[in-house]
Amino acid sequence: MRIVLVGVSHHGAPLELRERAALGSDQAADLARRLAGESGEAVCLSTCNRTELYLADEIGEEAERRAEAALLALEAELGPTLYRLRDEAAALHLFRVAAGLDSMVPGEGEILGQVRAAYEAGATGSILDRLFRQALHAGRKARVQTSIGESPASVSSAAAALAEQVFGDLRGRRILVVGAGKVGDLTARNLLSRGAEIAWIANRSADRAADLAARFGGEALPLERVEAHLAAADVLVSSTSAPGRILEREQVERTLPARKGRPLFLIDLAVPRDLDPSIHELDGCYLYDIDDLQAVVAETLAGRRREADRAEAIVGEEAHRFREWQASLDVVPAIASLRARAEEIRAAELRRAKLSDSERRAAESVTAAVLNKLLHLPTIRMKEAAAAADGVIYADAVRHLFGLEDER
Amino acid sequence: MAELLFWPALLAYGEAAVAYVGEARHPGLAGRLATWGVRIGWLVQTALLAVQAARADGFPWSTWAGSLNLFVWLVVGAYLFWGCQVPYRMLGLTVLPLAAVLLALAHAGGGTTAHGTGRYSNLFLVLHVGLVLAAFAGFTVAAGLSALYLWQERRLKRRETSILRVRAPGLARLDELTARTIVVALPALTLGIAVGIARLRDRGGGFDALMAVTLVTWAVYGLYLALRLAAGVRGRRAAYLALAGFLLVAVVRFALPMTHFA
Repeated sequence: MRIVLVGVSHHGAPLELRERAALGSDQAADLARRLAGESGEAVCLSTCNRTELYLADEIGEEAERRAEAALLALEAELGPTLYRLRDEAAALHLFRVAAGLDSMVPGEGEILGQVRAAYEAGATGSILDRLFRQALHAGRKARVQTSIGESPASVSSAAAALAEQVFGDLRGRRILVVGAGKVGDLTARNLLSRGAEIAWIANRSADRAADLAARFGGEALPLERVEAHLAAADVLVSSTSAPGRILEREQVERTLPARKGRPLFLIDLAVPRDLDPSIHELDGCYLYDIDDLQAVVAETLAGRRREADRAEAIVGEEAHRFREWQASLDVVPAIASLRARAEEIRAAELRRAKLSDSERRAAESVTAAVLNKLLHLPTIRMKEAAAAADGVIYADAVRHLFGLEDER
Repeated sequence: MAELLFWPALLAYGEAAVAYVGEARHPGLAGRLATWGVRIGWLVQTALLAVQAARADGFPWSTWAGSLNLFVWLVVGAYLFWGCQVPYRMLGLTVLPLAAVLLALAHAGGGTTAHGTGRYSNLFLVLHVGLVLAAFAGFTVAAGLSALYLWQERRLKRRETSILRVRAPGLARLDELTARTIVVALPALTLGIAVGIARLRDRGGGFDALMAVTLVTWAVYGLYLALRLAAGVRGRRAAYLALAGFLLVAVVRFALPMTHFA
């Protein structure tokens, strides 16, 4: 059985092409069943960054043609961007995908679940079942044994992680959201998911503030009342499109006595900036603007890339183990035939011999032991040869030498 | 027997101290090794103290080196309250090297042997030494927490980009834990001082400089709590105050041989 992969991904295809090849989970499952046919195996992995078809079939060329035709049927222009991999290379690619090493953001966590979903919806047999199980294992192992997926990879998650560096646990911490920018919205959601509470939402437009307050459960405020609520807030997230500043140093300074030493974390996501940068100099105030957050994200991404080298080694080991297993499939039938033929001869000779019951038992035991010892080394050698890619030659030689051709 | 227990304890604390450095560079396995080092070291030292208590004639930690041994055990014990939790592992970087050095010092001074005879063995002294050492252990951990606070605060103020790679506990949490530790340690020091004064009156001894520094230490930590409660002094200023108090603790600890054990 050969493993074939034909796919398209963010490395070679722009979004306009990828979105035309993207499939929903039901469509992907249907396509996998169709491609597998009656005797083959197929899995369709479709995410926003890739659509890949994995097939296992006796004839690799034929399977590749089928997979290619299926992708081109989705979008004819995909042709030049398609990549095709076989056997070990295909396995290594899937293992890298599962570990997040082929993702836009190295180590992103979503892909492992997507690989699992594709596997569960696919038409798998012994080959793709083993391939995907081992890929999931490799993906988990890379995440557990390295810190490739630990650091935040976006400005919003970095802001929330920094808030945890100020407060520890964010449960019960009150957030004041100023403005209704998209990144601000994402940051507020991120803080919310870590247990913080959106207490106030201030916006120039009262309707928009009320709308957001209804969605997040906070109190809507006009921009002018931000200072009045600053004393009670723990985190301020600002992302207005205002041309000037929303909050000056003096305004924050006035609220400090009422804060009684509680730290205040301010996130300024606006360009031009909403908050006076000198607020950061105040005791207990920590102000991060979009550049600061992007610098933190760049560092964490660099850290992920450093960890990626370790993850590559783990994935490489797993791919090697898979190759050994796959190669052993070439010699296993020959080994089984050889043992069956030897056993057949042994049984026939014992039947022919005139022995008492006790003599027969002794002869059974001795001949079985001789057979096992005799076949042990050839079995080991054939498995080793299979791992070194000579398995088929050895298997053919054994079949020829022992007359096993008919049992192929 | 005591010698057999001392070396594994010191090795375990030393291993933990080194592993905490490793944890600061590459968080993960090193942190777990450090935690186990602390746990094993503390259990072995507990056994060492038990052997000393069983074999000694009187209170076995009445010498300066002996009391240092007990002090290390109390410090590591106080650290174990939260130091084994993942967010507080970095605290070990401040506490464990100190514990390893002080234990080695106690050994050099003969404070880890099992055949010492206590010069004093009345209940007053046991209470006095025990309470003061327990309080000092608490203040040592509070100083570790404060040092960690100042380091973390500096990273946030400098907007260090590596801040999420090597994570420390949140500032607010460190500040709160420092205060809680002092809230527990200060009453112990108060009682320890009261017992000491009662004994002093009973025996008619003189008031020395070390006692004065101990009272100043008590006043500094009292001020820490008073300012926190009344004026809301928290954060960097509170951390500096806790460290100032610890400097006095160190002075008292290291001046002990010149006065109380002279």
